[in-house]
Amino acid sequence: MSAMTDPPRPSFRLSQLIYDTRYRSITIQVVALVLLCAAFWWLIDNTVENLAVLGKDFDFGFLGDRAGYDINQMLIPYDNSMSHGRAALVGILNTMLVAFLGCVTATVIGVFAGVLRLSKNWVVSRLMAVYVEGFRNVPLLLWIVLIFALMTEATPQPRDFREGGSASMILGDSVAITNRGVFLPMPTWGDGAAVLGLVVVLSLIGAYLYRRHARKVLYDSGRLLPMVWPALAIAIVPAVVVYFAFAMSTGSAQVRLMAADATEGQSVAAYGEAQGSLSVCVPEGTIGLNVQRLLRGQDLRYSESVFATEAMAIDAFRNGDCNMVAVPAGMEQPLLGNPDIAVSALSESTTRGAPVQFEKPVLGGFNFEGGVQVRNSLLALWLALALYTGAFIAEIVRAGILAVSKGQSEAAFALGMRPNRTMNLVILPQAMRVIVPPLISQFLNLTKNSSLAIAVGYMDVRATLGGISINQTGRELEGMLLLGMFYLALSLVISGAMNIYNNRSRLKER
Amino acid sequence: MADPAIDANVTPPRMEVSEEIAVQITDMNKWYGSFHVLRDINLTVHRGERIVICGPSGSGKSTLIRCINALEEHQKGRIEVDGTLLSSDLKNIDKIRSEVGMCFQHFNLFPHLTILENCTLAPIWVRKTPKKEAEQAAMHFLEKVKIPDQANKYPGQLSGGQQQRVAIARSLCMKPRIMLFDEPTSALDPEMIKEVLDTMIELAEEGMTMLCVTHEMGFAQAVANRVIFMDQGQIVEQNEPKEFFNNPKSDRTKLFLSQILGH
Amino acid sequence: MSDTHAQTVGYVRDTMIDEQPAPVGQTGAVKWIRENLFSGVINTLLTVISLYVIWVVVSHLYPWLANSIWDAGSLTECREIRDATVGPDAPAACFAVITDRWQQLVFGFYPPEHYWRPVVALLVFLAAIAPVLFQGIPRRALWLSAAAPFVLFALLWGGSIWGPVAVALGFVIGFVVYRVLLPLAGNLAAVLGAIIVPLLYWLFLAGPLAGALTSVAPIGLEYVQSKDFGGFTLSVVIGVSAIILSLPLGILLALGRQSNLFIINKISVAFIEVIRGVPLIVWLFTASLLLNYFLPPGTNFDLMLRVIIMVTLFSAAYIAEVVRGGLAALPKGQYEGASSLGLDYWQSMRLIILPQALKISIPGIVNTFIGLFKDTTLVVFIGLLDPIGLSNAIRASTDWNGVYWELFVFIGLMFFIACFSMGRYSLYLEKKLQREHR
Repeated sequence: MSAMTDPPRPSFRLSQLIYDTRYRSITIQVVALVLLCAAFWWLIDNTVENLAVLGKDFDFGFLGDRAGYDINQMLIPYDNSMSHGRAALVGILNTMLVAFLGCVTATVIGVFAGVLRLSKNWVVSRLMAVYVEGFRNVPLLLWIVLIFALMTEATPQPRDFREGGSASMILGDSVAITNRGVFLPMPTWGDGAAVLGLVVVLSLIGAYLYRRHARKVLYDSGRLLPMVWPALAIAIVPAVVVYFAFAMSTGSAQVRLMAADATEGQSVAAYGEAQGSLSVCVPEGTIGLNVQRLLRGQDLRYSESVFATEAMAIDAFRNGDCNMVAVPAGMEQPLLGNPDIAVSALSESTTRGAPVQFEKPVLGGFNFEGGVQVRNSLLALWLALALYTGAFIAEIVRAGILAVSKGQSEAAFALGMRPNRTMNLVILPQAMRVIVPPLISQFLNLTKNSSLAIAVGYMDVRATLGGISINQTGRELEGMLLLGMFYLALSLVISGAMNIYNNRSRLKER
Repeated sequence: MADPAIDANVTPPRMEVSEEIAVQITDMNKWYGSFHVLRDINLTVHRGERIVICGPSGSGKSTLIRCINALEEHQKGRIEVDGTLLSSDLKNIDKIRSEVGMCFQHFNLFPHLTILENCTLAPIWVRKTPKKEAEQAAMHFLEKVKIPDQANKYPGQLSGGQQQRVAIARSLCMKPRIMLFDEPTSALDPEMIKEVLDTMIELAEEGMTMLCVTHEMGFAQAVANRVIFMDQGQIVEQNEPKEFFNNPKSDRTKLFLSQILGH
Repeated sequence: MSDTHAQTVGYVRDTMIDEQPAPVGQTGAVKWIRENLFSGVINTLLTVISLYVIWVVVSHLYPWLANSIWDAGSLTECREIRDATVGPDAPAACFAVITDRWQQLVFGFYPPEHYWRPVVALLVFLAAIAPVLFQGIPRRALWLSAAAPFVLFALLWGGSIWGPVAVALGFVIGFVVYRVLLPLAGNLAAVLGAIIVPLLYWLFLAGPLAGALTSVAPIGLEYVQSKDFGGFTLSVVIGVSAIILSLPLGILLALGRQSNLFIINKISVAFIEVIRGVPLIVWLFTASLLLNYFLPPGTNFDLMLRVIIMVTLFSAAYIAEVVRGGLAALPKGQYEGASSLGLDYWQSMRLIILPQALKISIPGIVNTFIGLFKDTTLVVFIGLLDPIGLSNAIRASTDWNGVYWELFVFIGLMFFIACFSMGRYSLYLEKKLQREHR
């Protein structure tokens, strides 16, 4: 703009601040900035004054203090002697857990409902319309409360699972649905679990590479290799082979139960009766699980100490921490030669176990023990968030598919493509462009809505950091600030990722 | 002739060109980012002159006339309109914009206002004309473009040609001394081009100073007293229409003319 | 016809063929069922599964609804009636709780003799938004719409009518100042004057003026405290006031976000993103726990007002995004057309851009309102009695201890009717706009 003022530069006049386009924008922005600073100064001044009146300061040190409250669901070790910071982290992980589960489930539900709503089948499309409209038009909070009530009211109590009770476990006695939550089998890792995991990952990569290879062959030579079955085989067969190989070889190896002051070949039952109490040292993993099954199978009461390795379990046994130990075949030697305690093998033995085994929940005194307990609070929140968001996603999916004009599929058909290929190569890539951005903003909504955990007492970050911690320390300002920043950071990260996707997938146009 | 809408044999009407300078552009340059759109433009337009600017797409002709009423900002050189320097002073910009009327390729009528409201809006809010007076003036100009009966309809209810004529009337309501036309007929169906061109010719006959970006070569021959050919952001050739079409000097001009007139 | 030879003579039809019925099996209900429900293995399976789902739901719900009891004083009474009529353990809804307590669910603890006030307020509100939503009504009616907020306040909260009148007078003063200053001192000075003078008036004059007028002519309705608001009245009041109050701020934010002035743009973006990035419930807790920290010491005003302020800021961010979409949807030519005529920024915004952008945005604004209306249920967590909060209160009474589903069904149904019809309206509007755009 400088060269525009060729005539003798007129001296600067004050009115230029407003009427000259060069200065006008700066003037406006400076005024805005001053006003903003004034507003902030006012707010901060008020806050400082109010804090002084209340005798408080502004300090995040409370995060290091002892929390002193329990959290009923934790993904990382936590107890009430740990800090508020740790409690906040537990809450954050719980928020992330329910958000992740919710997003995955909502996507599945939403895609199904969206596609089915477009189905020519009258009954199905009507049903989906009812689902979508029903969930979209009623507050989420009501759905959460409703589903939570349904779960606690309509499911049996644990004691109903006893002999003669009205309820029973499902899926081969491995899953129990109770009013205290759902009890699921927990995976336990045995010998070769690491190898198995590696093989699974590698074979998934292999399946992907095969598909790429097949596509390359198609492009290079025009030969269409079969895609689906070989890829499936590559993904599944090696894992199955490795699993059974380990289960057959090391997995079936015997593990003997050795006990102090027992007679050779005595049965566990007889030994337990003679000793009065059974305490057993076991290494981590499937050995412990198999020993547990053996003892439970005989209706024996016992206590169990779990150690990281077999050697540690044996050491503990030699120190007298337990009177029984599970020892893999071939490792009895250091025990048998021990002069201090008379060790002999009992009659029972078990196996080392397959790479993966599942620990089933078992009805204990008042409740189920073992396995994983998924609390009703998590379930209700998860289900309500998934169904509610799923209804919105269904609309997004439907709109996305409808947005691809009919001409596109007709053009593809006219080129001789089959419906399947048309869907994969023409319709879906275009629909995804329309679907993904609002889909991600629904994920964002779901994550923010997970703060409604308050309605069912699920311990998310709002309940720990923004709830109990605040109440106990009186640090509302700091706690709410951190809580807000957590959500803000989360949504900025997600929307940042979305912007990258949008920029990459935008149609190239003039 | 490529253009059936205008009879090329009509002799250009006698229109006075005064010595008074309407637009004076000296050494004007403009960049979009690092792209040099307009290079060293020098152009003097006298009052009453009708100038047609043509050239291949992307040659900067639209940008040039948009610079004249500050829809685009130029980075170097000076533009003087009616003696007012186009500087960064908002008052000057406002003055120039109210002196200069502009018609766009896509009309840019305001779809939420009736035709009459479209025409009276600027006189009322910018010129502070009383509403009654503004409406009378608007009806006068609507009559001139031959659509007074549509005054209370909305732009969406009119055909493209009618909309463009309303756009011309809307500009005229501001009593401009200079009219800019940015491809006024390129978005129209062939049968509507003539009605718009007729209006423009009528305007020219009344002595309006006009700068017109268009590909209607018939129009250029009929009314222009100068044709300017632009390419790559520069004025390549300018001449009287007869000379320009019959005896182009530059190779670029020859090529361009052969392309648009050759089929 | 057989003697026509294509290669020799042209062909002219002299008798037209009458319309004939389609072959049997290609029309009618049978065909419809076959094509729609059983056209393949997957489709048949889907039909069967859907029918099963419908059957399960209906078989559980139908007896419960069919046996429902509408006239009883308490849950125990309900159970007695059920045992007497359909037998013990039979499912039977006890909707008597609704007939007994519906006033509470709708009006909260609003004094019963004043129930007409929220009802009239709703009617006034509907009349006030009619000129915005329907085009057939003359534009002048918008002036009445502008007065509506003050009428609504006077109706709902009551108290001396001079309070709202004094506040409204501020806007009139601002307008007059603008009109007087415009020819004298130019646009900018007029705008500044129109902002500053009313502010000074509100700060220093409005209170004493209202007081004086009240002492001279004590006219007004009985004052109703905020804590007496509850149920759907509360939801609607919070939702509607937040949306209406947030419109001006939302529009400013949208313009700010479109602006190419760096600082203005960044301030708007930051405000919008911060508000939208944090869940409403956190903002509500902020309103109830923290708002007092940010205000001068000693300021204390009621929770409902604090909630309305917070929800207004919240919805402003969402409205801003909706309006931004409307602004972005306008072709660039509209801006150019306006400036080529010499209109300045505010003139072109007010006369050309905003009228069109807002019209496009109405469906989005309605959708924002639906979301906000549903979200008003969250105020239960900071101690306000929205319908869900009241359902807890009703359950806490000895008469209705243990009633769950009937209350949920009623509340859900009310929300559904309101939200569904508003959603349909916005859909209709969207379709209409699309047609007009073509």
